[in-house]
Amino acid sequence: MNPSWIWLTIALPFIGFLVNGALALAKPEAKRVVAIVGPGVLLAAFAVAVGIFAGLWGNPPDQPLVFPLWAWIGAGGLEINLALQVDQLSLVMLLVVTGVGSLIHIFSVGYMVADPGFARFFAYLNLFMVFMLILILGSSLPVLFVGWEGVGLCSYLLIGFWYQEKANADAGKKAFIVNRIGDFGALVAMFILFWSLGTLEFAEIATLAPTTLAVGGATVTAATLFLFLGCAGKSAQIPLYVWLPDAMAGPTPVSALIHAATMVTAGVYLVARTSVLFAMAPLSSAVVAGVGALTAIFAATIGLRQYDIKKVLAYSTVSQLGYMFLGVGSAAYTAGVFHLVTHAFFKALLFLGSGSVIHAMHHAYHATHSHDDAQDIRNMGGLKRYLPTTFILMLLATLAIAGIPPFSGFFSKDEILASAFGRGAEHPIYYLFWALGAAAALLTAFYMMRMMAMTFWGENRTGATEREHLHEAPMVMTGPLIVLGVLSVIGGVINLPAFWPTPPHHGLERWLEPVLAPAARLMPVQIPHGATEYALIGAAILIAVVGLVAGYRTTLAKPITAAQQAPEEVGFAKVLFHKYYIDELYHSLIVRPLVGISRFVLWRFVDQGVIDGAGVNGSAGLMKSLGWLGTRLQSGQLGFYVIVFLVGAVWLLHSVIR
Amino acid sequence: MTEFVFYTLAAAAVLSALLCIVQKNPVPSALWLVSTMFALAGIYVLLNAQFIAAMQVLVYAGAVMVLFLFVIMLLNLGHASETDRKRGPVVLVAVLLAAGIAAALFAVRDTSVASLAARVGAPEVASSPLAALPGAGRVQSAEAFTNPIASIARPMFETYLVPFELTSVLLLAAAVGAVVLAKRKL
Amino acid sequence: MLLGPSLVLSAILFSIGVAGVMLRRNAIILFMCVELMLNAVNLSFVALSTAHGFTGQVMVFFVMTVAAAEAAVGLAIILAIFRHTKSVDLKTMNLLQG
Repeated sequence: MNPSWIWLTIALPFIGFLVNGALALAKPEAKRVVAIVGPGVLLAAFAVAVGIFAGLWGNPPDQPLVFPLWAWIGAGGLEINLALQVDQLSLVMLLVVTGVGSLIHIFSVGYMVADPGFARFFAYLNLFMVFMLILILGSSLPVLFVGWEGVGLCSYLLIGFWYQEKANADAGKKAFIVNRIGDFGALVAMFILFWSLGTLEFAEIATLAPTTLAVGGATVTAATLFLFLGCAGKSAQIPLYVWLPDAMAGPTPVSALIHAATMVTAGVYLVARTSVLFAMAPLSSAVVAGVGALTAIFAATIGLRQYDIKKVLAYSTVSQLGYMFLGVGSAAYTAGVFHLVTHAFFKALLFLGSGSVIHAMHHAYHATHSHDDAQDIRNMGGLKRYLPTTFILMLLATLAIAGIPPFSGFFSKDEILASAFGRGAEHPIYYLFWALGAAAALLTAFYMMRMMAMTFWGENRTGATEREHLHEAPMVMTGPLIVLGVLSVIGGVINLPAFWPTPPHHGLERWLEPVLAPAARLMPVQIPHGATEYALIGAAILIAVVGLVAGYRTTLAKPITAAQQAPEEVGFAKVLFHKYYIDELYHSLIVRPLVGISRFVLWRFVDQGVIDGAGVNGSAGLMKSLGWLGTRLQSGQLGFYVIVFLVGAVWLLHSVIR
Repeated sequence: MTEFVFYTLAAAAVLSALLCIVQKNPVPSALWLVSTMFALAGIYVLLNAQFIAAMQVLVYAGAVMVLFLFVIMLLNLGHASETDRKRGPVVLVAVLLAAGIAAALFAVRDTSVASLAARVGAPEVASSPLAALPGAGRVQSAEAFTNPIASIARPMFETYLVPFELTSVLLLAAAVGAVVLAKRKL
Repeated sequence: MLLGPSLVLSAILFSIGVAGVMLRRNAIILFMCVELMLNAVNLSFVALSTAHGFTGQVMVFFVMTVAAAEAAVGLAIILAIFRHTKSVDLKTMNLLQG
C-alpha cells in the first residue's frame, strides 16, 4: 500500500469516534453497533498500517516520507504544515499502537459490555487512538504536541470515566494537572528550538542541529532538559510519576491501553524522535538515564508492598518506563524503543489479565452482594483453578517482565542494561545507573512473582460462597490475551542479540538505522562484548531467577490474611505501603501553599480586591460619576443647550479663521 | 443714491430685528420681523435680485409670517409673559456670544473660499465645489440686467431641476406632517 | 459695490437672531429668530450672487422652501405641545431631562 494513505489510520478511528460519540449521545443502548464499530475501525487502521509496512518492507526509505495535509500555522518565520511523517520509527510505533490497541478494543467489548456508558467508552477510546496516531505520525513538534495534549485529554476523560465517584474524577484531574507541568517543559523546549534553529520540523531539526548548535552547549542542553520535563510528565518519571498509580481509577482496558502500552511511552518515543538533540547533550542524556534508573528502582520498591493488583502493575509500569529512559539516556535508542515494544506486549497482557481477574472477582462479589475489594490480591489466592487460561498467560508475561530467556522482556531489558554498563566505560556514573537498573530487575522479578503468587497460588481467600461464582472470562476477552501472550513470548525475535544462536540478529536495530544514524554518529551505542557481555547476561538471568524464586517462597511462606482482617503494616513496609508518603509530601509542600496563596493572595486580594474592587467596580463607579456629570449637562433646558452649542460654534469659527 | 437707499434700508432692518427680539409681546415682535423682511426685500432689489425680492415679500412676509400670527392668535398668546425674557448674567453671555459670531463673520467677509479652505487644511482647493458651480466667476452680464428672471430660471430648471422637483416632495411631506401633528384626532 | 456692506449687514442680522434665541423662552419667538437667521443667510447668498453668478439666488429659493416647510411643521409641533402643556414656554418642555 502506498504510504500516502497514512492519513487513513487517523481518519478511521476518527470516524469511529464520531459514530460512537453520536450513539453515546443519542442511543447509548445500541451496544451491538458500538461493539462492531469501535474495534472495527481500529482493525481497519491496523490493516492499513500493515499494508504500508509491507509496502516499505523491501525498500525502506532513507529519508522520512512527509505527507503534508494542509497549512496549519503561518506567522512570520514560523510555518507549520499539518503533515504526517512516515519513517521506520513511526512505522514501528504505528504497528504497536494500532495492533495492541485493536486487541485491547476487542477485549473491552467483553469487559465493558455491562456498563451503561459502553458507547461513551468506545468514543473516548477511539478519540484517544486518533490523538495517539497524530502524536506518532506528526512531522513536527507542534503537530506532535497536538496529539500529546489530545491523549492527555482522553486520558483525563477515561481515568474519570466513572465520574460519579469523586475519587475517580479527582484522579483524572490529578493526571491532567501533573501533565500540565510536563507540557510546560515541552512548550519551553519548542520555544528554545524555534528560537535557535528557526524550525520545528523533525527532519530539519535532525539536519540543522548538528551544524548550528554546539555539542554539549547550553542551548541544546536546556532544550533537551525541558523536553525531558515534558517526557517525565507524560511518561510518569520522577518527580512527576504520581499521577500514574492514581490513574488506575479508570477501567482496566484503559490502564492497559493508555497507561501501559501507548500513551505513557510517548515520552520515550519523543526522546528517540529527537535523538539527535539528546546525543548532542551528554549532560541531558545522563539526566535522562539517571532519572530513569532512579524511577525504576524507586517505583519497584513501592511495588513490593502494594495489594491492589492494578497498583502493583502501575508501579511496575512506572519502573519499566524508567528502564526505557535508562536505555535512551544511554544512547541505546533502539534498546529503548525495543523495550517499549515488548513492554507494550507483556504489560498490556498483564493489565488485561488483571482485568480478567477483576472481572471474575467482581462477578463473584456481585453475585453474593459482597462489598469486598475485587482488586485486592489479599482477597484472591488459588485462582489458577478458576482462571486457568488467564493464569498461564499472566505467568508468561511475568516471566517476560522478569527477564527470563527466551521471553521478549529478557532481550530488551538485557540490551538496556548492557548499554548502560557499556557507557560506564566513558562516564563512570553510568555504572551506578546500571547497578540501580539491575537491582530494580531483582525487585521486579520479586514483586511480580509476589503478585502472581498471592493471586493464583495458595489458598483461596475470596470466600466460600463467592468461590462458586468465579469463572473464566468469555472468548472475546481471552482471545486478545492469547494473541498478546504469543507476542510476549516471541516478541524478542524482532531484535535478537548477536550471541543468540539463530538469526535474525539485530532486526529492529537495522530497521531503525536510517532514523537513528545521525544520533549514533554523535554518541555511539556501547555494548560490551566478549566475557563481560556473557557475565552480564549470566548476572541478569541469575537476578531474574533469584527474584522469582524469592518472591514465590517468601509470599507463600506464611498464610495470608484477607484484606479486611489484614494487620497494619509496620516499619519500612508501612513506608512502602504509603508509597514513601510522596503524595502527602507533595500535598503539604506544593498543593497546600498553592491553595493558600491562591485563596488569600490571588482570590481575596488580587481577585476580590484589585480586579473586582478597583477594576470592575472601580471602572463602573468611574463611569457612574462621569454619567452623573453627563446628566447635569442634560438639563432639558433648550436655552442652555443653545448656549453650549454656540460656545462651541464660536470657538470653532475663531479657531478656523485665526 | 443707491448707497443712501441701501444704508437706510440696512438701518431699518437692524433696528426692526432688534425690536423684534426685545418686544415683550409676540404680536409686535412678529410685526417687526415683517418689517425686517420688507427692508431686506428692498436690499434684494438693490442687489439686482428682483425675483428673490418678490418671493421674499410673497413667501416670507406674506405666507410664513401670517402663519406665525395665525398661530399666536389661535393660541391666544398675544400678551406679555413674565418668564419669556431671560434676565441676569445669561444676557451678558448671549450678547458676548452674538458679538463673537458677528466678529467671526466680519473677519471672513473679505476672505475667499479658497484661502479659508487652505487655512483649515481642506484638500483640492482649486477644485472646490464653489468653483465648479455653473456660472461661477461669471460676473453679471448685460442679459442679467435686462432679463433677471431668465437668468435665475436657467440654472434652476437646468442644473437644479431634480432638487427643484424634490422641494415639491418636501413641501408635500411638510403639509401632511403639519396636518398630522396639528390635528387632535385623525 | 454693495457686496461688503451687505455681508456686514448679514452678519449683524444673524447675530441678532442668535441673541434672540438665547434670550427668549417663547417657542414662537424662537422660531421667528430662526427665520431671522435664515434671512441673514439669504442676504449673504444674494449679495454673493452679484459676484459669483445666479446659483446663489437659486439657493435662496431652496432656503425659502425649506423655511416654509419648517415653519409649517414647527408651528404644528408647537400647537401639539401647547395642547399638552397649555404653554409654549421652553421651561415647561423638559420631559427629556436626564
